[in-house]
Amino acid sequence: MLAFLIRRISQSAVVLLVMSLLVFVGVFYIGNPIDILIAPDATPAEYARAVHELGLDKPLWEQYTIFLKGALHGDFGNSFVYNEPALKVILDRLPATLELAFTAMFIAVIFGIPLGMVAGMKANNWIGRNIMRFSILGFSLPTFWVGLMLIIIFSVQLNWLPSGGRGETVMLLGIPVSFLTLSGLAHLILPATNLALFKTSLAIRLTRAGVQENMQMDYVKFARAKGLSETRVIGLHVMKNIMIPVITVLGMEFGSLIAFAVVTETIFAWPGMGKLVIDSIGVLDRPIIVAYLLITVTMFIIINLVVDILYSILDPRVRLGQER
Amino acid sequence: MSEHTTEAVVQAPAVQDESLILEAVKEFFENRVAAVGLVIFIIMIGVALFAPYITPQNPYDLMSIDIMDGKLAPGSKSFDGSVTYWLGTDSQGRDMFSSILYGLRISLGVGVVSTIIALVIGAVIGLWAAFVGGKTDSVIMRIVDLQLSFPAILVALILLAILGKGVDKIILALILVQWAYYARAIRSNVIVERSKEYVEAAKCLALPQRRIMFSHVLPNCTPELIVISTVKVASAIALEATLSFLGLGMPITEPSLGLLISNGFKYLQSGYYWISFYPGVALLILIVSINLVGDRLRDVLNPRLKR
Amino acid sequence: MRNKFMALVTVCMLLLVCAAGASAETLTIGLKGEPTSLDPHFHNVNANNEQAIYVFDKLIRQDSRQNLMPGLAVSWIPVSDNVWEFELRKGVTFHDGSPFTAEDVKFTIERIPTVPNSPSSFTGMVSAIKKIEIVDPHTIRFHTEGPAPLLPRNMATFNVVSKKYGKGASTADFNSGKAAIGTGPYKLVEWKRGDHITYKRNDNYWGVKQPWETIIAKPITNDGTRVAALKSGDVDIINFVPPADVAHLSKDSKLTLSKSPSTRLIYLHLDSDRNDTPMVTDNNGKKIKNPMKDVRVRKAISKAINRKAIAARIMDGLAVPAAQMLPEGYEGTSKTLKPEAYDPKGAKALLAEAGYPDGFKITIHGPNDRYVNDGDIAQAVAQMLTKVGIKTEVNTMPKSVYFGKASALEFSLMLVGWATDTGEHSNCLGALLHTYDKDKGFGSANRGRYSNPKVDKLLEQALVTVDPARHNALLVEAVETGMNDIGIVPIHYQVNVWAMKKGLDYNGRTDGYTLPREVSETK
Repeated sequence: MLAFLIRRISQSAVVLLVMSLLVFVGVFYIGNPIDILIAPDATPAEYARAVHELGLDKPLWEQYTIFLKGALHGDFGNSFVYNEPALKVILDRLPATLELAFTAMFIAVIFGIPLGMVAGMKANNWIGRNIMRFSILGFSLPTFWVGLMLIIIFSVQLNWLPSGGRGETVMLLGIPVSFLTLSGLAHLILPATNLALFKTSLAIRLTRAGVQENMQMDYVKFARAKGLSETRVIGLHVMKNIMIPVITVLGMEFGSLIAFAVVTETIFAWPGMGKLVIDSIGVLDRPIIVAYLLITVTMFIIINLVVDILYSILDPRVRLGQER
Repeated sequence: MSEHTTEAVVQAPAVQDESLILEAVKEFFENRVAAVGLVIFIIMIGVALFAPYITPQNPYDLMSIDIMDGKLAPGSKSFDGSVTYWLGTDSQGRDMFSSILYGLRISLGVGVVSTIIALVIGAVIGLWAAFVGGKTDSVIMRIVDLQLSFPAILVALILLAILGKGVDKIILALILVQWAYYARAIRSNVIVERSKEYVEAAKCLALPQRRIMFSHVLPNCTPELIVISTVKVASAIALEATLSFLGLGMPITEPSLGLLISNGFKYLQSGYYWISFYPGVALLILIVSINLVGDRLRDVLNPRLKR
Repeated sequence: MRNKFMALVTVCMLLLVCAAGASAETLTIGLKGEPTSLDPHFHNVNANNEQAIYVFDKLIRQDSRQNLMPGLAVSWIPVSDNVWEFELRKGVTFHDGSPFTAEDVKFTIERIPTVPNSPSSFTGMVSAIKKIEIVDPHTIRFHTEGPAPLLPRNMATFNVVSKKYGKGASTADFNSGKAAIGTGPYKLVEWKRGDHITYKRNDNYWGVKQPWETIIAKPITNDGTRVAALKSGDVDIINFVPPADVAHLSKDSKLTLSKSPSTRLIYLHLDSDRNDTPMVTDNNGKKIKNPMKDVRVRKAISKAINRKAIAARIMDGLAVPAAQMLPEGYEGTSKTLKPEAYDPKGAKALLAEAGYPDGFKITIHGPNDRYVNDGDIAQAVAQMLTKVGIKTEVNTMPKSVYFGKASALEFSLMLVGWATDTGEHSNCLGALLHTYDKDKGFGSANRGRYSNPKVDKLLEQALVTVDPARHNALLVEAVETGMNDIGIVPIHYQVNVWAMKKGLDYNGRTDGYTLPREVSETK
């Protein structure tokens, strides 16, 4: 287990290194941030000054080395547009995004898995079919479109919920959270629902597929033959077996929830890091882009690690490390 | 479950017997809704392929559209009286009906092609990683991590800056964004399957590894794959729409369904509902039909559900 | 469970509504852009400059039509060719109560070129000043190298900070409010990046008493969301209403709209310099000599564009067809230039005369996230050019990719916009039409590399002519020369629209700023 962890961590360090290099080269190819940031009537002298100030006149490899040296000390450089440490700017925004993503995942799980189980058990009945049909709606329409629709219906027409922004926050263990205040909760519902729609559909479908498959398995027949109650058969035995694909896919989706919260955050003016990174990509604010990606990759790596460990707990046949 | 090993070995390998394929087809059509879905899907492919012969206008030809016909309501006639726009026009004066059929063509092409290629690449890499294990597996999975956390928008932006705009670039971007997803999903499935009894049994029979992988393990992963990939064709199409929304999608003179929807997005509150509504309906029908077919296929193809 | 929850939400909304009702003196503004920093000199960009005016003041103000008005300076006169004397307002205090003096002005001007890591500074606005002389605490003289007729205009672009708090202050100090101590109408309370900025009224403000106790500025980037936020009552006023929404908002009985023409010009730059231009071929796809070097071809392009149709159909009437670089009434504007009339026959004839009876192929490039309906305008132009025989393809891209490529001269025909912040013609003449000259600092945005020695000479002469009438006459002549030679193809000026709750009034500004000091209650 320990060896496994150490190996994973050292591999991850390489991933992070490669990632940072890719972003440096990628952003370099997209363009020069000064072309976008500078006032259009600036003189060439002013242009040259700005390029020099931000260190963009140095060769790319030198810029990268400077970045690496700083990164080793936890300094990812100053944002080009905010002139504050990139890491700080992102960490300020991280809680809002995590809160949104967790809420969305929570919604997906509490609605998706039970509905999926119902759909799986009653596959040939109207309930099951309708659950499946409605679940298709969850991923057929683009997020941005659904988002604005939610706003038009629930904020403009019905005036039940606020149209955007984050609402009041309170500190919980030193982290600002909004789900503990009424205004915060009201602000959270629409964007979280918007973000959760796709994941809920996916959870329904995955659960249904798993339930259907496992219901045919011999162990279910035996369990039933043994006289176990239906609730116990499904709640315990079937659940345990369907959790693996559901956890893998939802685990991956949690990462993509964070990465793709971009659209939802833009539509709902949610002050998270998705909105930040889309703005930063728009102006090629490289320090922010790099730091953002390093943070998300780290989160991915941790999620995957947790998923792999969960496998080994849920399914004893899977061994960590998998070396043969 | 060990007492059922022999039975598992017998049923696990996918049999390429013609009668079985026929049986599967028959079984598929037993479900009316799925059959309707398939018919709709085939019709949509048909109209997409033959769009140039059906539509009253070529919406990609700048000579044949005029902004004086822009934002006309459904049923209006063009200003010279020659064409009736049954579904209205967009801001450039494109006939929405024609645009939807042409857009369908692009969306279908982009969604299906990118998903299939990504699926194949992902499946091969995922299987390989799971079977070889060890260092190869680790390297591959870390590349997967890397790819999965790279925002689609940044991938598309880099490709746009280096390669320029076009259908092929969008497909490339979607493949790049999606393959890792499949690789990881398949790998995790294979790892579970690999330790099952029928694989042990096949190994005992000294079957070559490649055969175990492709003809024994892969078919058992297919149901999962079909579920995920039908969802993902839809999300590939939706992702293309989102990229278009962010200005990174198709060239604006050749709109896909997604681009039509995002063009109409700014008119959602302004009463010109048809600019995004009808493409939205078309997209919805397309995705629902793909999924109806996909769901049924999953049931029919699943070796374990067939008893 | 869900019912309970909904009840809870409803109660909460009621509370919010009551809270909003109780403090009628709060103005909540929904803004399209968020500032990148509250340091007024860090980044010269609209969103930052707009917020800076809430907290700080300029020596010279621009009124809503960008005419110069006394700000912290009550008067400014050229005492000789090379010296300007500014008399400062007396009795003005900073938010902490400390008095405003010439020292603060000197400090500000000296600070501007030294702000670290600035991606776009105001250095160009103060570079003419060679020496600052403080005559007394309320009189200051600026010595310039040569005559500097534009100095007052330049002084109207940046805000004055306090020496006491500004000295050694970092960008973060301004963002946190520590150094954001100005003389302006509002005090900064807090900035929650991405969510809102809160301001409190400055009761010791030297100008008229402000109608608002509290200002909350919320960045809502997405157009649809911003409109929805106003309709649902979450904000009181929004800026940059998208043209498509103007018609239905004006029918809403709970809202009022206000429109103002702007100085934002949308135009085409064409490569009129190189023999070999990248995006032009003949009808069979073979390279040809750049046709746009010929003024007749440029004229044909201009004639092929139906400006009225673009304004009416693409911009929903919220654009004014343009003939030059600034609308009428601004310094240097020609009275004789009229928008080129739509004349496809004339365009074809000119093309034939220039030797292109069957036209040629070209690609028009444009951004798709920079100007109002930019992608649609590029497409409409392509439609119109194609109809006179210039087969045009359209390629639009996000601004992050677009501007770098445009400045690297990778395009032949491009859609661009220009807003003249100084409110007079020498700014756009120097940047767009003057020959590209790195050393003299001209033609920085001349991406078509248009060059006309006569325009250059007239402009350079105007820039050293202090006499206003003579200065203006020279500018007019330069504008007319450049526009008649089709140095650029102007399309239209954007019209900016604000929408607000009934009961509020905002006049609108040509620079597009939303200033709470100009928002009033009609009741």
